[in-house]
Amino acid sequence: MAILVGSDTRLLVQGLGRDGSFQANRTRAYGTNMVAAVHPGRDGQKFEDEVPYFSSVAKAVEQTGANTGVIFVPAPFAVDAIIEQVDAGLELVVCITEGVPVLDMVKVMAYIKDKPTRLVGSNCPGVLSPASKAKVGIVPGNIVQPGNVGVVSRSGTLTYEAIAQLVQHGMGQSTCVGIGGDPVHGTTFTDVLELFQEDDETEAIVMIGEIGGVREQLAADYIREHVTKPVVAAIAGSSAPAGKRMGHAGAIITGKAALASEKNKALAEAGVHVVESPALIGVRMKEVLGS
Amino acid sequence: MNIHEYQAKEILDKFGVPTPHAEVASTPAEAKEIASRIGGRVVVKAQVHAGGRGKVGGVKLVDTPEQVEEVAAALIGSRLVTKQTGSGGVPVDKVMIAETLNIKEELYLSIVIDGDVGAPVVMASTEGGMEIEEVAEATPEKIFRVAGDPLIGLSTYHARDIALSLGVPAKAVRATTKLITDLYNVFVENDCTLVEINPLVITDDDRVVALDAKINIEDDALFRHPDLAKLRDPNQLDPLEQRADEADLAYVKLDGGRVGCMVNGAGLAMATMDITKAAGADPANFLDIGGSADQERIEEAFKIIIDDDDVEIILVNLFAGIARSDIVAQGIVAAAEETNATVPMVVAMRGTNAEEGIQILADSGLNITGAPDLAGAAEVLKEKLLELGGTN
Repeated sequence: MAILVGSDTRLLVQGLGRDGSFQANRTRAYGTNMVAAVHPGRDGQKFEDEVPYFSSVAKAVEQTGANTGVIFVPAPFAVDAIIEQVDAGLELVVCITEGVPVLDMVKVMAYIKDKPTRLVGSNCPGVLSPASKAKVGIVPGNIVQPGNVGVVSRSGTLTYEAIAQLVQHGMGQSTCVGIGGDPVHGTTFTDVLELFQEDDETEAIVMIGEIGGVREQLAADYIREHVTKPVVAAIAGSSAPAGKRMGHAGAIITGKAALASEKNKALAEAGVHVVESPALIGVRMKEVLGS
Repeated sequence: MNIHEYQAKEILDKFGVPTPHAEVASTPAEAKEIASRIGGRVVVKAQVHAGGRGKVGGVKLVDTPEQVEEVAAALIGSRLVTKQTGSGGVPVDKVMIAETLNIKEELYLSIVIDGDVGAPVVMASTEGGMEIEEVAEATPEKIFRVAGDPLIGLSTYHARDIALSLGVPAKAVRATTKLITDLYNVFVENDCTLVEINPLVITDDDRVVALDAKINIEDDALFRHPDLAKLRDPNQLDPLEQRADEADLAYVKLDGGRVGCMVNGAGLAMATMDITKAAGADPANFLDIGGSADQERIEEAFKIIIDDDDVEIILVNLFAGIARSDIVAQGIVAAAEETNATVPMVVAMRGTNAEEGIQILADSGLNITGAPDLAGAAEVLKEKLLELGGTN
């Protein structure tokens, strides 16, 4: 079953410049059902001679039945693309684009609040369900393996790290979700935890947080009340100094709650298996599932 | 992006926020002239991108224009070391000379994005002059928070509620309400990540004035603010951070560490710093080379790390998704050969073209020890640190 993306995913890719085209190619090679490409001025042409191009998302959805969109358009235009995909009625919109101004994301989140579309990102690696070969984003298809561990992370490369550790210890993934590193983003840890808890294919969950904000604490509250599946968590940035932005716009220690130690504490108190080092995610999950 | 106080004041002036009469000077003579024009007792403030300047002599009350000239002469061209700067401090290129006011009350006002609320939030406190983090720790009940609406903005009644919560005199409520509304507009219209007025003062004649101003602009939004982009002052950055800034690399110099870190991805970069610390040594830097770095940028990243005198060993941790390991390896080899670097390196390389990358490094003859993954890198690093000796 997996979550968010699966065998019924009909993917629309918006923004097929250099990076977008490269990723769309990888996505198709992996086996994902890409049904439409949206890029202005290419109506009537086909991406890789097979997937029809459209100038408008609405038209693409009407003619191809796309239900999931992924966005690679440059940051100044990313918000417009999100709104266009939401207005076209896509069920899931994943915005990979990095560097979207935070006040744009503030407006987008207010705009989509009462709409049926779910947004993942911006500034995220996207979503991948290995068993159904559904890859919506940039998580490399060659590192994942089908299985029963759900992975959710704020960081892209740390998602890959967690996946690699799981595979190394013989555990596959139900779905991997990168929610993104920006301070204002769509789908949250809590949203994904809820989906994993309800998902039959997911037996355990890896959650990778970072310094900054209080979303990990909110996730801890949710886990305590609602999550019965085992959760292994790591928080990156325990060695980061206060007040310095560690790459991600959201990864900055402002106040006590933003510290890795505070997040670890909140998660441990909620019954989560917190690992001291991000290198120990796979080992700990194996222990947890083996016992 | 940080901007200077005098630049922040110019923005506030444009939006109608009351500020003291103040001007900026680049020479002691200019400072003297400004002081004469303002008249009476003035305050001379070093213009640097760092808090805590008052505690290290960067803010001085001065009575005469002649003394202003002396104070300015001492400050301009010096470097200030505050608790927010590295040990090298930051250069003072300009000073601001401002009128002094008769102050009855000092308050605090700021606006930030609250990611968890998903909107800009106005924070106010009666504890002006103190750092908000300290107030939040000691007396959280003294902080008032009101979120703006993402689409409508900050309603006037919300601004008035804040003014009333702060207990400003009846005569000043209307002006304070307007100031808060104007400040919210400053935040939104300039794509700020922080607007902080500390202190916001009530004068003895019940005027409300922004005595100090700190504004940070979001780098990602500078494309739509070409005028603000010009306010960037690279001299205020650490020299290595300045080079990284020019090369579009996310780099933060960390004081006192001896392990240079080169990683792709912010999360993995933080995790790499964490395992470094766990291995018994402090990281010398945070560095995310990003997903689409070409060989030239990799070379510059490597050079920045080895030009850091604190670095004794380099930990490269690459998990290539979009990035290509072979290009990163070529960049490292080219930069190391060009600079005749002999610094030992621990390298973990995985993902896209990892085998090619590892081969390039192995063939290079550089002082490199491979590691299979994050845990392995931690172990190898620990061994290498023992060989190097010394402590951290």
